[in-house]
Amino acid sequence: MKDPKKQTPITTHTSPYNPITELTWFALVVACVKLLLAPAYHSTDFEVHRHWLALTRTLPLSQWYSDNTSPWTLDYPPFFAHFERFLSLFARLVDPTIVDLHKGLNYSSPSVIIFQRISVIVSDTALMYGVYRLTRNLESRKRILICVLVVWSPGLLIVDHVHFQYNGFLLGILLLSLSFLEEGKDLMGGFLFAVLLCFKHLFAVAAPVYFVYLFRHYCRGGFVRGFGRLVMMGVVVAVVFAAAYGPFVYHGQIHQVLRRMFPFGRGLCHAYWAPNFWVFYIIFDKVLAFLLAKLGFNIQAPTASFTGGLVGDSSPFAVLPQITPLITFMMVLLAISPCLIKAWRDPQPRMITRWVAYAYTCGFLFGWHVHEKASLHFVIPLAIVALRSMEDARHYFLLSIVSCYSLFPLLFEAQEYPIKVLLLLLHSILMWFGFSSQFKTTAAKASAPGQKRGDKVGKNWSSSTVAKKGGFVVRWIEKSYLLGLLVVETWGQFLHPILLGNRFPFLPLMIISIYCALGMMYSWIWQLRWIIRSR
Amino acid sequence: MENKNGMKTVEDADSNDDNTWWWVVHKGIAASFLCISVFALLVRVAVSLHPYSGAGNPPKYGDYEAQRHWMEITLNLPAKEWYHNSTTNDLSYWGLDYPPLTAYQSYLHGLFLRSFHPDSVSLYTSRGHESYLGKLLMRWTVLCSDALTFFPAVLYFAAAYHSGRPSRRKSNIAWHITMILLNPCLILIDHGHFQYNCISLGLTVGAVAAILSNRDLVGCVLFSLALNHKQMSAYFAPPFFSYLLGKCLRGWSPLFEVSKLGLAVLGTFAVVWWPYLHSTEAVLKVLSRLAPFERGIYEDYVANFWCTTSVIIKWKRLFTVPSMKLISFGATVSTCLPSMVQQIWAPSKQGFLYGLLNSSFSFYLFSFQVHEKSILLPLLPATLLALEEPFLFRWITHYAMLSMFPLLCRDQLILPYVALFALFILLYYAPGGRQDTRRAHFPATLKSFVIAFLVSCSLILHIIYLTMRPPKKYPFLFEALIMLLCFSQFMLLAIYTNTKQWMLLKHSTVIDKEKKDH
Repeated sequence: MKDPKKQTPITTHTSPYNPITELTWFALVVACVKLLLAPAYHSTDFEVHRHWLALTRTLPLSQWYSDNTSPWTLDYPPFFAHFERFLSLFARLVDPTIVDLHKGLNYSSPSVIIFQRISVIVSDTALMYGVYRLTRNLESRKRILICVLVVWSPGLLIVDHVHFQYNGFLLGILLLSLSFLEEGKDLMGGFLFAVLLCFKHLFAVAAPVYFVYLFRHYCRGGFVRGFGRLVMMGVVVAVVFAAAYGPFVYHGQIHQVLRRMFPFGRGLCHAYWAPNFWVFYIIFDKVLAFLLAKLGFNIQAPTASFTGGLVGDSSPFAVLPQITPLITFMMVLLAISPCLIKAWRDPQPRMITRWVAYAYTCGFLFGWHVHEKASLHFVIPLAIVALRSMEDARHYFLLSIVSCYSLFPLLFEAQEYPIKVLLLLLHSILMWFGFSSQFKTTAAKASAPGQKRGDKVGKNWSSSTVAKKGGFVVRWIEKSYLLGLLVVETWGQFLHPILLGNRFPFLPLMIISIYCALGMMYSWIWQLRWIIRSR
Repeated sequence: MENKNGMKTVEDADSNDDNTWWWVVHKGIAASFLCISVFALLVRVAVSLHPYSGAGNPPKYGDYEAQRHWMEITLNLPAKEWYHNSTTNDLSYWGLDYPPLTAYQSYLHGLFLRSFHPDSVSLYTSRGHESYLGKLLMRWTVLCSDALTFFPAVLYFAAAYHSGRPSRRKSNIAWHITMILLNPCLILIDHGHFQYNCISLGLTVGAVAAILSNRDLVGCVLFSLALNHKQMSAYFAPPFFSYLLGKCLRGWSPLFEVSKLGLAVLGTFAVVWWPYLHSTEAVLKVLSRLAPFERGIYEDYVANFWCTTSVIIKWKRLFTVPSMKLISFGATVSTCLPSMVQQIWAPSKQGFLYGLLNSSFSFYLFSFQVHEKSILLPLLPATLLALEEPFLFRWITHYAMLSMFPLLCRDQLILPYVALFALFILLYYAPGGRQDTRRAHFPATLKSFVIAFLVSCSLILHIIYLTMRPPKKYPFLFEALIMLLCFSQFMLLAIYTNTKQWMLLKHSTVIDKEKKDH
C-alpha cells in the first residue's frame, strides 16, 4: 500500500538499519538457537573446560600446569587459562560446586551446563566483532551474507555449541587480527595474532605467513625505518609472550607448561581420522600390504590394530616408511612455501586472509595428530573472501559443506542426528540463495549497464540462462561429489547396519574420512592454484 | 498446482525490495518457505531436547505418558475396545478421550515405536516407560506430524491468502510465514510439553486455505478431519458454518449447496467413525468419553471468564454441573452469535478470518472445561491475521505465552520459553521483514505508555513467579495475578476483534456503494 512511495532507486544498497543493528539482530537470533541447544549432547571437552574453571580458581598460578587432580590437565597456553579464571569469577556466583576442584569432578547439574553454554554464547561476541570489522566497508548485502556464513556456520555450531569448545571466540580474535592487516594496521594485526597464539597454540600454523608478510609489508621503506619497525614488532610480540609465559618462567614452571602444551607420544592420526592427506597414506599402505601378501611376500602385520592402533607410538605401517612429527612439519612448511614466496615478493593486504587460510589448510592436510575440528580454522576465514568472485563462491560452497559433513561423526548420538542434518541443510540452502542472488545481480548489472535491474531479468530466469550470464552454478563434477556425500551418509546410517550388521564397525567412519579427504585435497589444490596464479 | 500459481502471481509483485535480507526471499513463496521451514524444524528439534511434561514424575506422569499410553492401547487392542473400560483398558489411567482420528494417529505412531523399541509400547508393562530411545522416538513422531500436516497446510495457506491480496511484497509474505511457523506457543506445547496440536491445527489451517481459495468441499472435509482429531477444533465450527451458510444462501441454489457440503461432512465423519457405527450404544460411549463434564468448569488457573470471576463468585458452589453446563453454553453461544450473524449476513473471506478469531475467543473465555493450552486455538487465527493486525498478533502471543508460563514452569521448560520468546520478538521486529502500513489510532504517547506499562507488568510477573514464594495463605496468588492480567487483555482483544469484524461490514458496504456510484 505504501510501496510506491517506498521504492527507491535500485542502485543504492542502503537499508534503513545500520550494519550494527542488523548484525546484532542476526547474532541474537542465532544466540536463541544456541541457547535452545543447551541440553544437547556434550563431549568430554565440557568436563575438560569445567575442570579448568575449578583448577584456575582454586590453585595458584604456579600449580596450574602441574596439577593432576583430573586426567584433563591444562594443555592450552596461559592466556586461555586466564580466560578460564575470568569465567570462574562468575561461575562461583552461579554455583560454587562448579569451581570446586574435587567435588566438582564430573559435575553435570543444570546450573553448570547452562553456565558453560552461556559462556560460549557470550564469548562469541568476539566472533561477531571480528566479522563486523572485516566486513564493515562492504556493501550491505555482501556484508549480511558473509555474516550469515560465519555466524550461522554449521561447523561452529556443532563444535562449539553442541560438542563444546570455545572456537568462536578464538576465531574471532583471528578475524580481528586479519581485519587490522587488511586495513594496513600491521602492528595491531601482529599484536592480536601473538595474543591468539597465547590463547591456543594450534593457530601457530599460520605463523610463517604472518612472519613473512609482516616482515615484507610492515618492515619496509628503507633500512633504518624497516629495522625500526622490525624492532617495534619484535617488542610488541615479545611483550605479549612475556606477559603470557613470564610468570611461569618466574615460578620455574616453564618446562612443565611446554610439556603439557606439546604432549609427545600421540599418533599421526586422531581416533577418528581427520580427512587429510594421511588418510590416503594409510590406505595406500594397507592396499600395498594386501597386494604384496597376495604376491607371496612375507609382510609382517603391523602391531597396531586397524582403528585404535593409530593412536600411540607403535608403527602402524606395514610397508610404507614410518611418519614422524618432523616429516609432517617439513611437509607443512613445503606446502606453505608457494604462499610464502608470494607473500615475500608482493605482500598485499587484500591477499592476507587467503594466505592465512591456505596455511591452515596445509596444516590440516599434512599436520601431525590433526583434529577434524581444525578445518574450521580455514573455513571461517575463507567465508570472508567467498564473495569476491564466482570461483570463490563455488569453491566455498563445496568446501564448507564437506567440512561440516566431516564433523558429523563428532555427534554420534541419535538425538542430535536431525540437528546436524538440518544445520547443514539450512546452511546449504542459505548459501545457494545468497550466492545465486549475489552473482545474479552482478551478472545482470554487467549485461545491462546503466539499465534498471528490474522485474524483467528476474522473470525469465531459468537455470539455462544463468549459466550463460555467469550466474552461480555448481559444475556437474562438484554436484556429483556433493551428491556422493548423500550416498556415503546413507551407507553409513542405513545400508551398512542392514547389509553388514556389526561387522567392520570402523568402515562407515573410514569411508567418511576418505571421501571428505578428497574434497579437502581438492580445496587445497584449488587454493594453491589460485595463490600461484594471483597477481 | 496452487503453489505454482501463487508463486507466479507473486513473482510480478515488486521484486526489488530494498532490504538486506532480500536474497532469502527473492525466489518466491516456495523458496522462502523452504528456508523458513528448515529453520522452523531446527528450532523444533532443539526444543524437543528439553524435558516433556511429567518427566520422571510417577504415578500419573503427564501428557507424554498419556500419548504413549494411547499408542500402547490402540496398538494392542482392537478398535472397538479403545473407548471401552475393561480389564485390559483401564480408562481411569489416561483413558482415550479424543475422537477416533487421534486414536488412528496413535496407532500409526505406535507401529513406528514398536518397530524400533517394542518395550516402549507393550501392553501393561510399558506403563510409565521412560528411556532415551523412547523419548527420542516419541519426539520424532511429533516432528513428523508437524512436518507432514502443519507445514504443508501453512504453505497452502500462504499461497491462497497472498494470491488474494493487493500488496504482495515478498518480505511481507516471508515474515508472515515465519510468524505462523515459529509461533512460540505451539512449538512449546507440541515439542516441549508434548502434544499433537499441530495435526488438528494444521488440518484447520488447510481448511481455511481451501475456503480462501474457494474450494469449499475440500475445506469441509479438512475441517471435519480436524474436528475428528481434537474436539476442541469445535471452537472454529461457528465461523465455518456461518460463512459457508451465508455463501450458500447467496448462491443460485441454496438447498443444493448446503446439502452438498453437509454430505461431505457426514461422509467424512462416517469414514472416521466407521468402527463404532454398528450400534448407537458404541457411538454414545465414545461421545461420553469426549465430553469430560466431570472434570469441572475449568482447570488450574486458566485465564477465562469462569476461572477469573471465581475469585469473587464461587461458580462451582453456586451451581450444579448440569446447570453450569447450560449457563456456559448459553454464554458461549451468545458471545459468538454476533460474529456468526455478521458472516451469514455478509460472508467475506476477511470476515471469515475474523470470525475464526472471535468464535475461538468466546469459546476460550466462556465455554465449559477450558484448559490453558486452549489459548492455542484463538492464537491460530490471530497468526493467520498477523499481517493485517500485527499489534493484535504480538499482544495475544505475548499474553498467551504469559498465561502458559506456570504450566511450562512445571514442565521445566523455562529455558526454551525464554529462548523462544526472545526469538519471537526478534523475528517480529526483523529488519526488512514487514513494512508497517497502518497509522496509529490513539495518540502515540498514551498508547506507548499503556503498552510499556502492560509489558513491564508481565515482565515483573515473570520474575516474581520465578524468584518469589507466595504467602502461605494464598499459595496460588501469583497464578491468580497472571490469570487476571491475561484475562483482561484477552477480553479487550475479543471486544476489539468483534467490533472490527462488524466494522468490516460497514466498510464493505461503503465500497459496494462506491462501486455502484461509479
